[in-house]
Amino acid sequence: MKGKLILQDGTTFRGQLFGGSNATTEGEVVFNTGMTGYQEILTDPSYCRQIVTLTYPLIGNYGTAKQFNQSRKSFVGGLIVGELCEKPSSSSMQKTLAEFLTAEKIPCLYDVDTRALTRKIRSAGTMKGVIVSEYTSQGTIDEMMSLPIRKNVVEQVTTPVSYTLDGRAGAPYVVTMDFGVKRNILDAMRKLGCKVTVVPAKSPAEAVLALNPDGIFLSNGPGDPKDVPDIIREVKKLIGQRPIFGICLGHQILALAMGANTYKLKFGHRGSNQPVKDLTTGKVAITSQNHGYAIDAKSLEGLPVQITHVSLNDGTIEGFRHTSLPISSVQYHPEAAPGPNDSVHLFDEFIFNMKKFKGA
Amino acid sequence: MPKKKNLNKIIVIGSGPIVIGQAAEFDYAGSQACRSLKEEGLEVVLVNSNPATIMTDANIADRVYIEPLTVDFLTAIIEKERPDGLLATLGGQAGLNLAVQLAESGALDKFNVELLGTSINAIKKAEDRELFKETMERIGEPIPESTIVEDIHGAIDFANQIGYPLIVRPAYTLGGTGGGIVNNEEELIETTLRGLKYSMIGQVLIERSIAGWKEIEYEVMRDGNDNCITICSMENFDPVGVHTGDSIVVAPTQTLTDQEYQILRSASLKIIRALEIEGGCNIQFALDPKSQSYYVIEVNPRVSRSSALASKATGYPIAKVSVKIAIGYTLDEIVNAVTKTTKACFEPSVDYIVVKFPRWPFDKFVYADTTLGTQMKATGEVMSLDRTFEGAILKAVRSLEIGVNRLHMDKMDDWDDDRIKKRLSRIDDERLFLIAEALRRGIATPEEIADITKIDRWFIDKIKNITDMEVRLQKGDLNAKTLREAKLLGLADKSIAELTGAKLNDVRDMRKQFKIFPVYKMVDTCAAEFEAATPYYYSTYRGEVDEVEVSNNRKIVVLGSGPIRIGQGVEFDYCSVHSVWALREAGVEAIIINNNPETVSTDFDISDKLYFEPLTTEDVLNIIDKEKPEGVIVQFGGQTAINLAASLAAAGVKIFGTSVDNIDRAEDRERFDEMLTELNIPRPRGISVTNLDDAITGAANIGYPVMVRPSYVLGGRAMEIVYNEEELRDYMSRAVKVTPDHPVLVDRYMQGTEVEVDAICDGVDVVIPGIMEHVERAGVHSGDSIAVYPPQTLPSKVIYTITDYTKRMALALNVHGLLNIQYVVADGCVYVIEVNPRSSRTVPFLSKVTNIKMVNVATRVALGETLKGLGYYSGLVEPKPYVAVKAPVFSFAKMQDVDISLGPEMKSTGEVMGIDYHYARALYKAITGAGMNIPKNGCILFTVADKDKEEMKQLAKAFSELGFKIVATEGTAKALQSIGIDAEVVGKVHQRSTDIIQMIKLGKIHMVVNTQAPGKHIAKDGFRIRRATVELGVPCLTSLDTAWEVMRVLTFMRDRRLVYSLAIQDYVGGGDALA
Repeated sequence: MKGKLILQDGTTFRGQLFGGSNATTEGEVVFNTGMTGYQEILTDPSYCRQIVTLTYPLIGNYGTAKQFNQSRKSFVGGLIVGELCEKPSSSSMQKTLAEFLTAEKIPCLYDVDTRALTRKIRSAGTMKGVIVSEYTSQGTIDEMMSLPIRKNVVEQVTTPVSYTLDGRAGAPYVVTMDFGVKRNILDAMRKLGCKVTVVPAKSPAEAVLALNPDGIFLSNGPGDPKDVPDIIREVKKLIGQRPIFGICLGHQILALAMGANTYKLKFGHRGSNQPVKDLTTGKVAITSQNHGYAIDAKSLEGLPVQITHVSLNDGTIEGFRHTSLPISSVQYHPEAAPGPNDSVHLFDEFIFNMKKFKGA
Repeated sequence: MPKKKNLNKIIVIGSGPIVIGQAAEFDYAGSQACRSLKEEGLEVVLVNSNPATIMTDANIADRVYIEPLTVDFLTAIIEKERPDGLLATLGGQAGLNLAVQLAESGALDKFNVELLGTSINAIKKAEDRELFKETMERIGEPIPESTIVEDIHGAIDFANQIGYPLIVRPAYTLGGTGGGIVNNEEELIETTLRGLKYSMIGQVLIERSIAGWKEIEYEVMRDGNDNCITICSMENFDPVGVHTGDSIVVAPTQTLTDQEYQILRSASLKIIRALEIEGGCNIQFALDPKSQSYYVIEVNPRVSRSSALASKATGYPIAKVSVKIAIGYTLDEIVNAVTKTTKACFEPSVDYIVVKFPRWPFDKFVYADTTLGTQMKATGEVMSLDRTFEGAILKAVRSLEIGVNRLHMDKMDDWDDDRIKKRLSRIDDERLFLIAEALRRGIATPEEIADITKIDRWFIDKIKNITDMEVRLQKGDLNAKTLREAKLLGLADKSIAELTGAKLNDVRDMRKQFKIFPVYKMVDTCAAEFEAATPYYYSTYRGEVDEVEVSNNRKIVVLGSGPIRIGQGVEFDYCSVHSVWALREAGVEAIIINNNPETVSTDFDISDKLYFEPLTTEDVLNIIDKEKPEGVIVQFGGQTAINLAASLAAAGVKIFGTSVDNIDRAEDRERFDEMLTELNIPRPRGISVTNLDDAITGAANIGYPVMVRPSYVLGGRAMEIVYNEEELRDYMSRAVKVTPDHPVLVDRYMQGTEVEVDAICDGVDVVIPGIMEHVERAGVHSGDSIAVYPPQTLPSKVIYTITDYTKRMALALNVHGLLNIQYVVADGCVYVIEVNPRSSRTVPFLSKVTNIKMVNVATRVALGETLKGLGYYSGLVEPKPYVAVKAPVFSFAKMQDVDISLGPEMKSTGEVMGIDYHYARALYKAITGAGMNIPKNGCILFTVADKDKEEMKQLAKAFSELGFKIVATEGTAKALQSIGIDAEVVGKVHQRSTDIIQMIKLGKIHMVVNTQAPGKHIAKDGFRIRRATVELGVPCLTSLDTAWEVMRVLTFMRDRRLVYSLAIQDYVGGGDALA
């Protein structure tokens, strides 16, 4: 049935509403420029409550398969695409994307001029939007639009209880603070032999340290890092205790815990083609990214921090390390899924730090 | 300044003539390379034998050498110019091979020239099969089990080990020459032997065939700091087994999961690092559709046809960036030319789908084998962009200019279901249309088709979406809803009219009434993530917002020439580009419409705006409706653009230059005759007939032999000389469909000297920059003849007459711009053969040698300026003191069933130029540049038709006096003995065990002079002899005229320096005249 996306500033984009008139939704509208990996994007908890626009116009071509899920369920607020493929083809396919959307109850607006929408967001910045049917009343639309952007997103995506994934004997033991961790991060560490215990986001530092890990991993996750002061407080206590590695939200939380500041980007970095320069080697890697916030470079002045990575596109900080402690973090996603695998070596470095720390 | 401080002067090697497997893409890459080197303040020396290119324009490089691409000439130029660096990775396989030869000959070391970009070692690691295999094994990248053989025994042993099917690929060749899939020992032996001959190093790779797997390509770049990026992924519609140049290709990949995509991407980076390539590179993979396992099929360590495609598909200028890398920059130091704010070190993200469709020459080579395999056969390609596959494939098909506007071929209407079904397994140029036909009729399910063809289901289902819509249109009424849906899917108005029975104009009007218009989107490398100002657009019906900003400037549209095909090559792109430049120079906004990804004209920084669209009336009018230009220029885009003139004018569009009515007067037979009668200018007698009886009566009146052809031809299509009524009947039944709408022309065939003229007229004055005389007598298509500027044998009276006729016809046609006229001179009389009221194939050649910017002048004249105002005076421009020879280049090695003998049907794919102060040396350069290895001594075989025997005697005598041994077939030998030449008699084919073919194979014959008996089109022996010469690279002259000229060159070779080079700037500047 006919549907539309209405942005906060009133701009309207028309399309077809998948799932009938009840499949309405509201949230912050963002875009991702990756040309493959829609299922990984839809199941990345970092997109919790956001309405994701995919700029590639043909989506669903290879269907979906369980193995590509990045978390236990999809947390996205909605999906906006050009063409929603009706007849996908792939030997690995278990469900079509339409079936997947139905099962995961993801509202979707398709047949949309996603390029026009992207240009809008690029120039006006990310903003709130609502997906409604052509027949949704103005009253309902106004009501939906007036709902504030939710701040408790980490709470929604984190694991309710701790769980442990076995590793190889002798390999480091990592405690992962789950702010919305992607499965491939855990897989990347386990591939290197690590035993990993995943703990809820709000676990106290004492509880984390009580597990006596060799290192602590701060995961990716959704939302504004400043919305989780409790977590920042706990992370602060962990600094100096063990080697720490952070990704994305984990990276921002770590920076805030060290006394730096973060800010919101106009429209963020979301895609599989983002160049990042490693300032220590002078080399550039193409990375997978998904973030709407960044660390304020100025706020790092005077802190015991060295900037290690910057975005080649806009110069924003993409990674730093502590000048004396085995603590480092990156804004981008070395675990890929979706996106390039050019930076998986960062996990090796984390392992190296943990081994070195243990040996010392 | 370049990063490498030692560089001041760079020599760039171009790719030479257009041949199958190496087309205009290297003009695009090479021009971009030269421009970006100059941008860095470097002095650029260019060597390329192809005059039809933008890159050989005097303003593209500081020193342009239009000389043969051989080690001898290159060494001489290097010695003279003393460049600091050599750039060879933008000149295709020809450039790369030459670089390797120059390195091996020691020339680079001797003159201290640094090879820029990828090193010789890296080139070898990618190109030498054994080294490549070792490298891949070392880094753990899988390649199909294979072996390299240098003789047939190795091939058989390997086959016995791993079984069939196998693929045979010769090492170091162009476009997969000589390779193929073999299913048994017999085929293996045949293909291996052929491959060994074609390989520059006598090696053939034999490997397990993985036909049927998905074929995936990545364009990858690496800089000196080991930064690696992929520019574009591409998925072949046709699975492994069809050469990628002959495959329909989409970008980006459509059916790969992110995991599969990343597996292959990671492998690509690993490979480019292991090979240590610095610059662009193309990597091809075979991916098992069932298991994610893959093989690396091939790596091209250079800018390739696929890189040109990837550049146009994404907007990322691969050639330019490769050059910057070659002179020392790293990717993160190079600015993204599209966004101007971000860097070149990123991976383009596109938000549309790209389809590339090959253009095959089977319309010309009607007897050629149309099946597709590992040997490339396409001469060119088109590209299209849209937001759906359906829209993009339909645009691609419309762009091909093969008389098709949707996935439907009229001739298949007559085929029964059984025939359609049976043919599904055949892999040929019509497969896509056949699949659509099967779906349309419902005689095979998408699943069955996918099973038979191994084409991914995704594509088949998309095709079905199109045919389903067609069936709906056929059955139902045309209303706003169905019209909208049909347009959303991408069907052309013409197709909709055809399917619903509506009138074309009514469909268009209805579309306007319901406001169903395409919107135009930008190609910006980044899926709109960043602001870009690339003036590069495509249309789609799948969108709400149009992002083209239409200016209020004075603006004019230039129509391009579409895909490269025989008869319409890169020359017309050259003309389109120059017209665009002329407009910009005149302060007019220049908008170009074209669909060929290989060309300079579709580089987004050439025009003010580039619309990458099919060249059909509908697609062009949509742009005109939007842009509202002052008018359109059609005279530079070859017949493609001219053919649109009438329908555009009918829609109220102003055509700049010669009027549509006058174009028609030149092209319409009767109106043209009327004009000639009025002007009292003679032409060979001829008539236009619409049925067989009239043809027979007419021919008898005119007198045989006659030249027959359909009206409105391009490149002499289906043109033949017939010698009697029987042949005429045969021709009329076989070659043409004669109807009142499609008359056939019957002309007296005059055996004389052919002369070609290009002129510019402003309605008052007529400037003739030069006259070209053809070496081969009339009857050989002008595009296949050797052309000489200025004429060497024409008396001044003839030249005067030609000048006079040219002026009078130009004025009578009120030409505003260029025109091309072909004459035949017989017994001192001048006859007009044809007039083309547009730019021609010889314009780039003539512009270069006369130093007159013909297209620029013609464009300005079309806009209303006068020749006098531009400083030109009526008449023939005084000839230059040097001689330029244009020689045709053929791609016969790629087309196995094609007869190489020349006739009125054009067969050449490209051309080269030789220029010198001595005619003979210019000729030598042209012939050498064309790839003919003229033997200095040895044995020449004569086997000529009876009609030629007298003339041949003198020729053979001359060769004999030069010390050649003459061998001949019995009849010819007798004729020779009568004048005292001791010609050895050789057996005709199959006559003895040591027949001609055997002798050619054994290398006992070094050149062949063979002419055909008149009218015998399929003289089998002659055909086999000629093919044997092609397979073995022995020069074969099929015209006595050519043979005489070769004789002249050989005489010259005896006592002169052969290698002597001057830059085009020296010639036109009148510099060093001492040869």
